[in-house]
Amino acid sequence: MSDGNGDGALVDIEHLKVFFPIKEGFLVDREVARVHAVNDVTLQIDEGETVGLVGESGCGKTTMSRTIMRLIDATEGRLSFRGEDITHAGRKQLEPLRRQMQMVFQDPFASLNPRKRVVQIIGQPLRLHGTPRDKVEGRVKKLLDEVGLAPEHLNRYPHEFSGGQRQRIGVARALALEPKLIVLDEPVSALDVSVQAQIINLLDDLQDEFKLTYLFVAHDLSVVRHVSDRIAVMYLGKLMEVSPSEELYTKPIHPYTFALLSAIPIPDPEENRSRERIVVSGEPPNPIDPPPGCVFHPRCPRATDICREVEPPLVRYRNGHLAACHHPMNVSAEEIKEAVKDPTSPLSCGDELPSAAA
Amino acid sequence: MSAPPSGEPLLTVEDLRVSFATEEGIVQAVEGVSLSLRPGEILAVVGESGSGKSVTAMTLMGLTRSPNARFEGTAHYKGTELVHASEDELRRVRGAEIAMIFQDPMTSLNPVMRIGAQIVEQIQEHEALPDQQAKERAVELLDKVGIPRARERIDNYPFEFSGGMRQRVMIALALSCNPSVLIADEPTTALDVTIQAQILQRMRELRDETGAAIILVTHDLGVVADIADRIAVMYSGRIVEQGTLDEIFYDPQHPYTWGLLGSIARVDRPRPERLPAIAGLPPSLANRPDGCHFRPRCPHEFSKCVEVPPLETRVQGEPGHRDRCWLGPDDKKERREVRPGEIGLEAKSEAGAA
Repeated sequence: MSDGNGDGALVDIEHLKVFFPIKEGFLVDREVARVHAVNDVTLQIDEGETVGLVGESGCGKTTMSRTIMRLIDATEGRLSFRGEDITHAGRKQLEPLRRQMQMVFQDPFASLNPRKRVVQIIGQPLRLHGTPRDKVEGRVKKLLDEVGLAPEHLNRYPHEFSGGQRQRIGVARALALEPKLIVLDEPVSALDVSVQAQIINLLDDLQDEFKLTYLFVAHDLSVVRHVSDRIAVMYLGKLMEVSPSEELYTKPIHPYTFALLSAIPIPDPEENRSRERIVVSGEPPNPIDPPPGCVFHPRCPRATDICREVEPPLVRYRNGHLAACHHPMNVSAEEIKEAVKDPTSPLSCGDELPSAAA
Repeated sequence: MSAPPSGEPLLTVEDLRVSFATEEGIVQAVEGVSLSLRPGEILAVVGESGSGKSVTAMTLMGLTRSPNARFEGTAHYKGTELVHASEDELRRVRGAEIAMIFQDPMTSLNPVMRIGAQIVEQIQEHEALPDQQAKERAVELLDKVGIPRARERIDNYPFEFSGGMRQRVMIALALSCNPSVLIADEPTTALDVTIQAQILQRMRELRDETGAAIILVTHDLGVVADIADRIAVMYSGRIVEQGTLDEIFYDPQHPYTWGLLGSIARVDRPRPERLPAIAGLPPSLANRPDGCHFRPRCPHEFSKCVEVPPLETRVQGEPGHRDRCWLGPDDKKERREVRPGEIGLEAKSEAGAA
């Protein structure tokens, strides 16, 4: 697994913005406002790496993952896949790329066609991409076996499977074309805990076996940890923190990350009672009109005047740990002195680096 | 039962059995559940989907009644037997004495009715209160559950609220008649973690203020550790273990509980190489194994497991701590530790799913 700053970037996202217009008017639609779903995000995903993308509902994580799949068009910015600019690629140009990027969806009950048999569901991408008819069944059986289902079940319908098994079918479908990149949009959040662990372990094994690259989207920091090499925390369309995965848990720099971590109840009554927690008040603001300065400032316990006025740049600390905060946590004065503004910072941010005195 | 915090149980469920006739035969959703709930207590009912936890909760409210359902056993609440009560009797209790918070705040509020009107309707169903006073009470309630500018927002429709705010409206609705029992079925599952933390804190405060007892149905042991006083673990229609919060977390007796505790991804510990999972799947309700239902997934299965183990006290000095497992207490102590100081359940064999 790579360390996240190599040159083998599989996906390269530069200053990506995705805005949804809100239209009003009779006869002629007039754009009255915009939902700032993804607001200037720069991120690379290296070959063989797993990036966890975490945030609360409405933070733009799903929009971002769909934009990478080119299911949604970018408003601004640049998106490339294996060095090829695909920001505005048409159907023709995308077709050969489609088989290299696949998706697993959140809800295994809604993402499988209830009227189709397993062999049809998993076989569809194979047929579309030119696998001869007589080879499809054999390939589907092999895929079922790889995801831990009985190959004999290929003529069953989705309703004959449990949630966890259905999600395995979804994974098999994504694997069918031997993709490079799999975007997993909350692949386990609809499943029971004990089954979640099974699917996560399966994804882990498949990654080793097929040298896959994952973008793992989740709302929950506890799940992504087990699969990710790096984790990006998003809030209101912006990146708050990007960190090597383990370091995020032991040393969260952004107060939002700390709040997310401390909101997760620990399954140990005693430690739960004694633990330091910040319960952030309120809810994420409306992305139609994001607050000026740092987007987290209205809910942040550490916010000061500068946070209300100047958008913080993504600052690079040791180990390639990035955080966009004027008042970073868990970093020493020395580390702050060494810190530099990272080139992946949003274009609209200020140049002020955090001062050691804070 | 361990020393009761405040006397007599408020709600006593005895040997509750619920079955549904389906095309595939009789499905025994709940197989002999006994519970008791004392005033001011938070009891967590934990289990995976299909364990019967929601059916148990909904049966207490008479919400599972249908022509294909059969009920046995009793549930006594202040002199009313709920399982076989008439609709009229139930209506007096439901909402007023025992209230329910549902999992999905998006679908459990009436979308075409202003939230204030929904709360007023509920209040007036149980109390002869003039409109103005009922409305005042609704404003107070919304304020109490933490909805800002309650007086203005009372005339909003549910779609004008976010998920977290809708769940607060649900809680306000449930509290509107000062119930003494609140049944919350996965109240935070549909919410983000930061909002979940706010809602749990609110529920805890409300319990302290109003003294209502809460039955919390959930699959999340993290939430349980945060809020519960006592826990009942359900598996495939039966309670397999029950005890106080500390008993279940620090001295779990049933292998299924070990597996549950072991399979949680913890953010406060170094990450393990692999996530410990419980191998296999819960049995289908229509086709359960004889004896202990957990037997096919349990690595510690032995000859005696074909008989149903009774739910009884097996640990000395923990009278309220009961479980359904044939293993001896010392045996359990030894087997549940997969690594020093770590409780878990190793895989039964290579065969995983299917």
